[in-house]
Amino acid sequence: MFLARGRLCTLGSRPKFLKTICASKILGLSTSAKMSLKFKNAKRIEGLDSNVWIEFTKLAADPSVVNLGQGLPDISPPVYVKEELSKIAAIDSLNQYTRGFGHPSLVKALSCLYEKFYQNQINPNKEILVTVGAYGSLFNAIQGLIDEGDEVIVIVPFYDCYEPMVRMAGAIPVFIPLRSVYTKEELQVIADLCIKYDTLCISDEVYEWLVYTGNKHFKIATFPGMWERTITIGSAGKTFSVTGWKLGWSIGPKHLIKHLQTVQQNTVYTCATPLQEALAQALWIDIKRMDDPECYFNSLPKELEVKRNRMVHLLESVGLKPIVPDGGYFIIADVSLLDTDLSDMKNSNEPYDYKFVKWMTKNKKLSAIPVSAFCNAETKLQFEKFVRFCFIKKDSTLDAAEEIIKAWSRLKF
Amino acid sequence: MTKRLQARRLDGIDHNPWVEFVKLASEADVVNLGQGFPDFPPPDFAVEAFQHAVSGDFMLNQYTKAFVIIIEPFFDCYEPMTLMAGGRPVFVSLKPSPNQDGELDSSSSWQLDPTELASKFTSRTKALILNTPNNPLGKVFSRAELELVASLCQQHDVVCITDEVYQWLVYDGCQHVSIATLPGMWERTLTIGSAGKTFSATGWKVGWVLGPDSLLKHLRTMHQNSIFHCPTQAQAAVAQSFEREQLHFGQPSSYFVQLPQAIQRCRDHMIQSLKSVGLRPVIPQGSYFLITDISEFKSKMPNLPGAADEPYDRRFVKWMIKNKGLMAIPVSIFCSVPHQELFDHYIRFCFMKDESTLRAMDKKLQKWKDELRP
Repeated sequence: MFLARGRLCTLGSRPKFLKTICASKILGLSTSAKMSLKFKNAKRIEGLDSNVWIEFTKLAADPSVVNLGQGLPDISPPVYVKEELSKIAAIDSLNQYTRGFGHPSLVKALSCLYEKFYQNQINPNKEILVTVGAYGSLFNAIQGLIDEGDEVIVIVPFYDCYEPMVRMAGAIPVFIPLRSVYTKEELQVIADLCIKYDTLCISDEVYEWLVYTGNKHFKIATFPGMWERTITIGSAGKTFSVTGWKLGWSIGPKHLIKHLQTVQQNTVYTCATPLQEALAQALWIDIKRMDDPECYFNSLPKELEVKRNRMVHLLESVGLKPIVPDGGYFIIADVSLLDTDLSDMKNSNEPYDYKFVKWMTKNKKLSAIPVSAFCNAETKLQFEKFVRFCFIKKDSTLDAAEEIIKAWSRLKF
Repeated sequence: MTKRLQARRLDGIDHNPWVEFVKLASEADVVNLGQGFPDFPPPDFAVEAFQHAVSGDFMLNQYTKAFVIIIEPFFDCYEPMTLMAGGRPVFVSLKPSPNQDGELDSSSSWQLDPTELASKFTSRTKALILNTPNNPLGKVFSRAELELVASLCQQHDVVCITDEVYQWLVYDGCQHVSIATLPGMWERTLTIGSAGKTFSATGWKVGWVLGPDSLLKHLRTMHQNSIFHCPTQAQAAVAQSFEREQLHFGQPSSYFVQLPQAIQRCRDHMIQSLKSVGLRPVIPQGSYFLITDISEFKSKMPNLPGAADEPYDRRFVKWMIKNKGLMAIPVSIFCSVPHQELFDHYIRFCFMKDESTLRAMDKKLQKWKDELRP
């Protein structure tokens, strides 16, 4: 399981690794040079302006491209989820501000749902925070708990925003490559280290429901000694296939959540009300039928497992070696076996997979995401032959992808 | 956990007045004239736009040791946000020049002292935050006042962040002027707007910033490393609502014409009602708030219950909630701590309310007036 989940741990600050980035302001320059200094960006975002999504989303925006890149479902969200939002849009009071840390009916629903997994009561007001997407939870957790000079362990490959968010807090990411899947035993090793070094754990579990046959999702916060040091992040977008709703949540002990709340009250303050109410209603519908095959938490992984198997088979049939994911909705494959001629691609400094994806988007009208986007500078080379395909797509999209891939392989052989 | 948990950037900014006052409003049975949200619906076309957005194309369910001058009174979040960024706020107050004739003051009589304002700028001043129309005062900065601010920003090469969320809510024929339109200002100004205030839909949480690419690119970097996107359907609904307004712009059917007309009536109703119990409201030129001088009450009831150094206006508001069933917001929360005493005899009322709420307010005020009679 590569990209479905990334984990962060902090080891706190160690003087020998402290780096201070200084940019001294030089006085006494002419007005125009002085102007350009003052209008320069704040140090905290230095070097963080490029972004793989902005670059590749633009490329894939051409409607003739079959887009298996960004994790954007093109399947329909569940009918009842859309219906709830439609009903709620007409209710006057739900078009105005709600509670900043989470709409009351939503935090109650989240508390009820997750109590089943944590085997403990979760205080909806003090131990849950609703944020603008899981991105918002990551931002609040990093800004609220991580100081300049702190070290943060990031496991490679990682969801790309972890590195710039850690750097933006003035902290130092420490990268550790993943070598095996997240078995219970490996999570225990991580937990033991967090406890031994008195470290926080930020656990991004947005794909928690998307686990395939023979696998189980374990919440590290449920391991002994971990609740008090873990923030667990979830996402409405991934849970109900509504990425455009931009609602996420953080769950954790109140002595940590309160600091995320401080960041929230000094940034976005509150999240959109009608979307929160609709999400609460949708959650209640599924909470009442957790063991039912119709429950979206059960039906979606079943539906996606079929698509996963289809993609695996397709990629294997053309000689690519996909890595079969145990969860999430992405699959990575080594594309160097296609031996594509990329000599006419400009910008030879880019990793192979960046050039490959751009070439494939332009020439084959199929888009994906280069896996080196999920690596730090030092490990990019290890992953540059891999490309990531998203399979939470309707059948007609997968049919179109299949046609392209099959035609491509016929050309070669 | 043995080590300190929170990041240093949160020091001193963990307390938030809204969390306290919103909670109070929900616990008590009050007429809520506190937090600034309309208690009437958004216009039909906006609601329809949102309904259309949420039931239309299902793909809309998918995938938005520097100094900062802050003019007091200010919307409270400017200070903690500046601190969280490691900046240092420098405050300069609007001051009233009271009427000699005993008539009610207008927000226009609250002004900046040009010499004092100029003295706040140094070579380390990075930005100035402007808010017009102003919350809590309701002041609409005149062109001349903006020209003063603009000339200082240009002279000292300072970025101007201007919060213009109430730009459509101006009364008595007052004109809202965007400082970014003044000569020399576009390249150094970030202008902020809000769908919540424009279309009376505060729960949609869509806002925007306009400015030159050279500044916006840095905001985009922040955006992509914080929340990345804003909700799709809400943005689609706002877009559609603006398209509708463009067709009606400047005409009597425009929401931007009708809304200020309707809200001006609410403003005037509230002013008359507050006067009847001896409160002295300052007539706002814009926004959905007015502030009221409670000096008479301060001199008659100086010792209201509260914490040791709690400013008078906060104690007064809590007393008013408990004893008079009316909710307002103490103006000292919109001031820097050292200047709270200058403003602790003012409270802020929101008049962006339905007729029924204003009638409920009248009932409470009538009861209060009866209790005042000897």
